[in-house]
Amino acid sequence: MNSLSLSPFIVSFKLAFWTTLILLPVGMWIGRWLAYTRCSAKPWIESLVLLPLVLPPTVIGYYLLTVFSPDSITGQWAMQLFGQPLVFTFQGLVVASIIVNIPFVVQPMQLAYGSMPIEIREAAWVSGLSPIETWWHVELPQVWPGILASATLVFSHTLGEFGVVLLVGGNIEGITRTVSIAIYDHVQAFEMQAAGWFSLSLVVFSMAALLIVRLSAHNAVASKKHR
Amino acid sequence: MTNSLHNQADVAAHRLDVSLQQHNFPALDVRMHCSAGELLALVGPSGSGKTTVLRSIAGLHTIDSGFVKCASKTWLDTKNKVNIAVQRRRIGMVFQHYALFPHKTALENVALAIRAKSTKEKRLLAASWLERTNMTGMENRQPRELSGGQRQRVALARALAGNPSVLLLDEPFSAVDQQTRRKLYRELAKLRAGLEIPMILVTHDVLEVQQLADSLCLIHKGQTLQQGTVHDVITKPNSKNIAKLLGHQNLFTATVASLHPNLSVFKLSETGYLNGPVVNLPKGATVTLLIAPSAISFVVSDLTESNPPNLLKGTVRDAVSMGDEWSITVHLDAITKSLRFRVPIHTVSLEQMRPGNPISVNVRLSGIYVIDESGNAVID
Repeated sequence: MNSLSLSPFIVSFKLAFWTTLILLPVGMWIGRWLAYTRCSAKPWIESLVLLPLVLPPTVIGYYLLTVFSPDSITGQWAMQLFGQPLVFTFQGLVVASIIVNIPFVVQPMQLAYGSMPIEIREAAWVSGLSPIETWWHVELPQVWPGILASATLVFSHTLGEFGVVLLVGGNIEGITRTVSIAIYDHVQAFEMQAAGWFSLSLVVFSMAALLIVRLSAHNAVASKKHR
Repeated sequence: MTNSLHNQADVAAHRLDVSLQQHNFPALDVRMHCSAGELLALVGPSGSGKTTVLRSIAGLHTIDSGFVKCASKTWLDTKNKVNIAVQRRRIGMVFQHYALFPHKTALENVALAIRAKSTKEKRLLAASWLERTNMTGMENRQPRELSGGQRQRVALARALAGNPSVLLLDEPFSAVDQQTRRKLYRELAKLRAGLEIPMILVTHDVLEVQQLADSLCLIHKGQTLQQGTVHDVITKPNSKNIAKLLGHQNLFTATVASLHPNLSVFKLSETGYLNGPVVNLPKGATVTLLIAPSAISFVVSDLTESNPPNLLKGTVRDAVSMGDEWSITVHLDAITKSLRFRVPIHTVSLEQMRPGNPISVNVRLSGIYVIDESGNAVID
C-alpha cells in the first residue's frame, strides 16, 4: 500500500460532498419547521434529531448494520432501491453519514430561523410575496450564516467520522477507506509519519472549517446588534 | 373624514366589515366596520386582543368563525369556507417594530412590496413613496443605519407602495420618542388625506386617537364595547366600564331624584345632590354620572355661603403642579369619593391648595353625562 495514497482523501471528500449536498436541504427544512412549529411532539422530535450527537458511533453503527442487513425487511428494501446491499458500500456509507450528521445541520438551522423575528416573514407575506419568494428574498439572506455553519460542520465532521464508517463501510481501499480509517491503519502498522501527515491535514482542514463557522457567527451577531 | 371618493356608494363599496369570533385564548367577539378614507382607532388595554384582530384581518391569524369583507370582496367567511391567502388580500401593514427587511436598503424594502411592474418602475415608484414619507436622500440606507422615526417612515412607505385595499397600523408610534411621535402624527395626518382606503390604527393611547382618528372602536377582553366617532365615544360612553377604560376618573353612582323641564336632579348621597341634564328615566333609576374635568370650576370656600346650584364641597387631598395647571384631587364631603380636575395655576394660591384645606367646586350642568345602568345613552 502506498503510505501517502490520495485515495482516502478522495473517498473522504466524496463522502463529505454527497452527505452535505443531500443533508443540507433536508436539514434546513427540518430546522425551519422546528423553529416555527407549535406541535406538541416538538421535544420528542428535537430529542430524536439530537440523538446521534450523544450516542457512541458504535451504537449507531450497530443499528445501521442491523437495518442494512440483507436479512432484514429494511435491508431487502434498500437492496431493491440501490440494487445491492448497503453494508460495506459507498452508498451505505453516505446513508450512515447522513444519519450521524443530522444534528449538525438541524441545530444551526433551527437557531438561525429561531433568531429571525417572525414579523419579518409576515411583513413579506403582507407585501404580497409568495412563500417561495419570501424564502428567497427574505429568509435565505437572513439564515445564510446558519447555512454556512451547517455545511461547514457537516463537511468537516464527515471527514473526521470514524466509528460508524468503520462499522458500516468496513475498510475497502478506494471505496470506503476514508482518511480517519487510513490514520488508524497506519498507526496499527507503525507507519507514524504517514499517520502524522493524514492527521495534520485533518487538523488544518477542521481548524479552517471551525474558523469559518465562528467568524460567520460573529459577523451575524455584530450585524444584528446594529439593527 | 377626508377622502375624494365620488359618492356614498363608492365609500360603501370600499368599506371594511369585520366580524370575528374565537373561543380559545385569546377569546374574541369583535364586530367593527371602517369606511374608505376613514381612520378607525382600535383602542383597548394591553392584552385586549387588538393585535389579534388586526392579524385576523390581514390573514396572519386563523380565527374560529367570522368574516372579513373589504372593497366588496370576501377575504374570510368561515361559514362558506372562504379564506383568501394573505398575499392576495392586498394589505398594507405597519408592524409595531416595523419589521423591515434588515439586509435590504430603504428603497429595496419599499420596492419589494410593489408587484407586477418592471424593476425600473418598481424603483421609481418606491422612490416616490419614500419622497412622500419624507425619506428622500436615505433610499440607499439599510434599516440599521436609520433612526426609529425613519424606519417607521420606510415601513409606512412599504405598506402603501403596494396599492393596498386597507391600511393596518399596529401601534406604529410606540417605539419612538415623544418629539418624533408628534412629527409622525403630523406626517400621517397629511398623508392619509389622499388615501381612499379604510385605515385601522391599533393603539392604547387616547390622546393619539384624538389627534389622528375619525372613529374609535373600544375593545376589552376580546370584545368590542363601543364604536362611533371619536368625540361621541369619548364624551358619551355607553357604560361605566367603557368610561373607565377611556381614562375617565370622575364617575359617580347616583339615583334620579327629581325630573324638571330643563334639568334632572341626581342624588349622590343623603346630603349630596347634583343638577344634571334632562333624562328619560324614571325617578329612583340608578345611573352613573360622568363629570368632565373641564366642567368643574374652583370656588373660593369663603364665598360659597350663597350656595350656587351645582356646588360640591370637600377637602383638598392633593394638588400637583403640572406646567401651567394644578391637577387637583378633592375628597368630597357628601360621598366617599374623589373628584379630579385641573385649574390654571394663576387662579389659585399655593396656600389654598394645601392638603386638608376646605374647597368648593361648581359643576357645569352641560359637562355632566348620564350613563344608564342598562348601558343605553339617555342624554337628550
